[in-house]
Amino acid sequence: MSIWEYANPVKFIRTTDRILPWVSVAAVLCLVTGLVWGYFFTPDDYRQGATVKIIYLHVPSALMAINAWIMMLVASLIWIIRRHHVSALAARAAAPVGATFTIIALATGALWGQPMWGTWWAWDPRLTSFLILFLFYLGYMALWSAIENDDTAADLTSILCLVGSVFALLSRYAVLFWNQGLHQGASLSMDKEENVADVFWYPLLVCIAGFVLLFVALVFLRTQTEIRARRSRALLAREGRT
Amino acid sequence: MMPDLGKYAFAVLASYGVSLALIIALVAVSLRRARRVRAELEEIEQRVKRHA
Amino acid sequence: MIALLLRDLRLAVRAGGGFGLGLAFFLIVTVLIPFGVGPETGLLSRIAPGILWIGALLACLLSLDRIFALDWEDGSLDLLATAPLPMEGIVTIKALAHWITTGLPLVLAAPALGVLLSLPPSGYLWVLVSLALGTPALSVIGTFGAALTVGLKRGGLLLSILVLPLYVPTLIFGAEVARRGAEGLAVQTPLLMLAGISFGTLALLPFASAAVLRINLR
Repeated sequence: MSIWEYANPVKFIRTTDRILPWVSVAAVLCLVTGLVWGYFFTPDDYRQGATVKIIYLHVPSALMAINAWIMMLVASLIWIIRRHHVSALAARAAAPVGATFTIIALATGALWGQPMWGTWWAWDPRLTSFLILFLFYLGYMALWSAIENDDTAADLTSILCLVGSVFALLSRYAVLFWNQGLHQGASLSMDKEENVADVFWYPLLVCIAGFVLLFVALVFLRTQTEIRARRSRALLAREGRT
Repeated sequence: MMPDLGKYAFAVLASYGVSLALIIALVAVSLRRARRVRAELEEIEQRVKRHA
Repeated sequence: MIALLLRDLRLAVRAGGGFGLGLAFFLIVTVLIPFGVGPETGLLSRIAPGILWIGALLACLLSLDRIFALDWEDGSLDLLATAPLPMEGIVTIKALAHWITTGLPLVLAAPALGVLLSLPPSGYLWVLVSLALGTPALSVIGTFGAALTVGLKRGGLLLSILVLPLYVPTLIFGAEVARRGAEGLAVQTPLLMLAGISFGTLALLPFASAAVLRINLR
C-alpha cells in the first residue's frame, strides 16, 4: 500500500468520498469553535484593544495562502516527475482556494492596519510580498483556463509554478531590501518568548486547524470535480470521434 | 454577552464579515460546480452505456 | 546559431516594428508622466529613475508576443525544433534578438529621455548601467512568457499577466540602482543583486523556456 495508489482517479474519488464528510465536519467544528472562542471569550489586548480579534482570521489565512502555493508546487513537481493526473488536477483545484485565502489575509490586514498603523496599506515587505503572491495566483489560474488541451495546460502551469516559486522567493528578498516594514515579526515562531500570549494562542491554534481542514476539504472536493470534468471531456471527445 | 469592541467595532466586524463572506462564497461556488459536473458526467456516462 | 540571430534581426528590421514601436512607446510614456503628475522639476527629477525603468519595462513587454508568434504562424518554429540546434539555444538566440531590437535601443534612449524628466546629472550613468544590466533579464523572462503563450489566440493580455509578476525583482533592484545613483548614494549592493538576477535568469531560464516550447510544439 503506497501513496501512489491514490494517483488512480477512481481510487482517489472513492477514498476522498469516504473522508470528505469527516474533514468537512471537522473543519466547520474547528472554525466555529475557534472563531466563537476568539470572538467572544478572549480579552482585549492591552495595546491593540479589540482589533486583536482579527488575528484569528488574519494569521491562519496568511499561513494557508503560502502553504497552498507550496502544496501546488509539490503537486506540480509530482506531475512533472511521475505524471499522475490527479496531482496536476489537485494543483489546479488548490489555486482558487489559495487565492481566496490571500485576499482574506490582505483584506483583514488592511482592516487591522487602519486603526493600528493609521493606514490601510503600506508598502511594507510582508504586505507587498502577499500582493505579489496574489498576482502569481492570478497568472497561474489564467494560464490554466486559457489552454484547452488538458495535458498541455498541466505541463505548462506546473512549469510556471516552478519558475514562479523561484521568482516569488526572489521578490520576497527584493522587497525586503527595498523597504523596511511596519509589520511585526512572525507570531508563530517556536520561540515561546516571541509568541502571542496564551489566551490568544489556543483559540488561534484551533482556527489554524480549522483553516487547514477547510483547505483540505475544498481541495478534495475541487479535485474530484476536476477529475469528473476531465472524464466528461474525454468521453465527449470519444463520442465525437465515433 | 456581546463583547464590547469599542472604537474598533468597524475594523473587527468588517474583517469577520469580509472573511466569512469570501469563505462561504468559495465553498458555495465549489459545491455548485461539483454538483453540476457530477450530474453532467452521469448523464454522459448513461448515454455512452446506452450506445454501447 | 549566428545565422538564426541574423535572420531574426533582419526580419525585425524589415518588418519595421521592432526598433520603432518600442522606442515610440517609451517616448510617449515618458512624455505622459509629467502630464499626470505635474511639471514640477523637483518631483520629476526625484521620480525620473523609476519612470525610466517602468517605461522601459512596459516598452519591452509590448513586443514580447512577437518573439515566437510569426515563426509559429508560418511553421518555421516546427522546422527550428527539428533542426540540430538544441531548443535551449534557440530560445537564447530569440531572447538575444529581442534584446538587440528592443532592449538595446531603450537603453540608449533612456538618457535622452532623462533630460525630459530633469534627471539629476549624477543619474545618467547609473540609469544607463542599470538598464543595460537589467534589460537582458527582461528579455529572457519575457521569452519564457512568450513561450508559454505561443499557441494561444489573444495571448497578449495573458502574456502580460504572466510576465509582469516575474519582472518584480528585476524592476526593484534595477530602479534601486538608478535611484541611488541619481541621489549620489552607494549603488554596489543593488547593482550586484541586479547582475545576479540577470546572469541567473540568463543561465537557467532558457531551460524552462525550451521545455515549455517543446510542450507547446507537441
